[in-house]
Amino acid sequence: MSVAGGPGSGSGRDSAGEVLPAGVEAMIGRPMYEQTADFVVERAYSYNTCAATGNGNPIFWDDAVADAVCGGPVVPPTTLSLWMRPHYWQPGAAGEQVALQVHFDLKEIFGLPEAVMTDNTLEFHEPVRPGDRISHRQVLRSVSPVKTTKVGAGRFWVIDVEYHNQDGVLVGVERYTGFGYRRVEAVGGEAR
Amino acid sequence: MSAAAVPVPSRLLGDVSVGDELPELAVDVTATTVVLGALASRDWRPQHHDHHFATERNGLADIFLNTPNQAAWFERFITDWTGPFGRPGRMTFRMRTSVFPGDRMVFGATVTGVATDATGCGWVDLDVALRVGDRVATTCTARVALPVDPSDNPWRRHGDRWDPGGAAAAS
Repeated sequence: MSVAGGPGSGSGRDSAGEVLPAGVEAMIGRPMYEQTADFVVERAYSYNTCAATGNGNPIFWDDAVADAVCGGPVVPPTTLSLWMRPHYWQPGAAGEQVALQVHFDLKEIFGLPEAVMTDNTLEFHEPVRPGDRISHRQVLRSVSPVKTTKVGAGRFWVIDVEYHNQDGVLVGVERYTGFGYRRVEAVGGEAR
Repeated sequence: MSAAAVPVPSRLLGDVSVGDELPELAVDVTATTVVLGALASRDWRPQHHDHHFATERNGLADIFLNTPNQAAWFERFITDWTGPFGRPGRMTFRMRTSVFPGDRMVFGATVTGVATDATGCGWVDLDVALRVGDRVATTCTARVALPVDPSDNPWRRHGDRWDPGGAAAAS
């Protein structure tokens, strides 16, 4: 899915009332990139997540406990975003596949080569279970004026990601705050 | 697990008071910690596995823990305390500084609220911090549901009976 418009065009405004590119204005508040996962929720990633964090919660390791407590197997709630993350490569895909595409669209539109995530909210609804097929959609909520931080000059943006299972039941919502920036020493001269 | 070992809640809402502190969790972070967490969360971005990219492109000290993996660490820390009947409802966290290989990260938390919502669900509010030495790397506010009595089970709540986005619990 492409993003309409481009840098420097149009008359949208950011959160300080400054002019935004028309493409960005069109993105704010509009569900984008509605997608269904390429693969179903699987236990291997549940185990990987627990192993990476030393999580011994028996609801993820012991089916009898999962049955008794959760009505069947569940996966760690904080795995919410991973089910929609694209493969690094797959047949027919052009170039590197990236998650949270709106974030990367904004980096490109504003010409900000670097980015970090600063805030993250996770809200957990219906449990995600092995075999579920998750869908999500991304909604850009806001874009800040240009700000200068210790890592560089750029903009903050807030993106919501809503997740549903194959029955259309909400399983979670994520809110990301990202900061796209250009490194301080690169401003006004050497690009990297 | 045998049928005779059906679990019972290890911590009930009534066991918790505002001001309680959770047992600390300390973890020595290695490059493996960072890479394992990034790949487990399907985060392929090079700043989480490529030292040269992190230092030369991002201008950072090293590769660093990615966002979804930090969330998973917070979940583990909180549910170590609640036991399996504790059901996470919401987490909001802010990464102030990154966590790098060689850091010893220490998770700590204080209970800031204990309440029952309109549906009868018991909620605990927590202020959680991930510290590295003297610096606070990440702060987190979390809501987790606990059983209000031995027969209650937050995991069996669905639809209107599960409201993780509700107003913050009052003590």
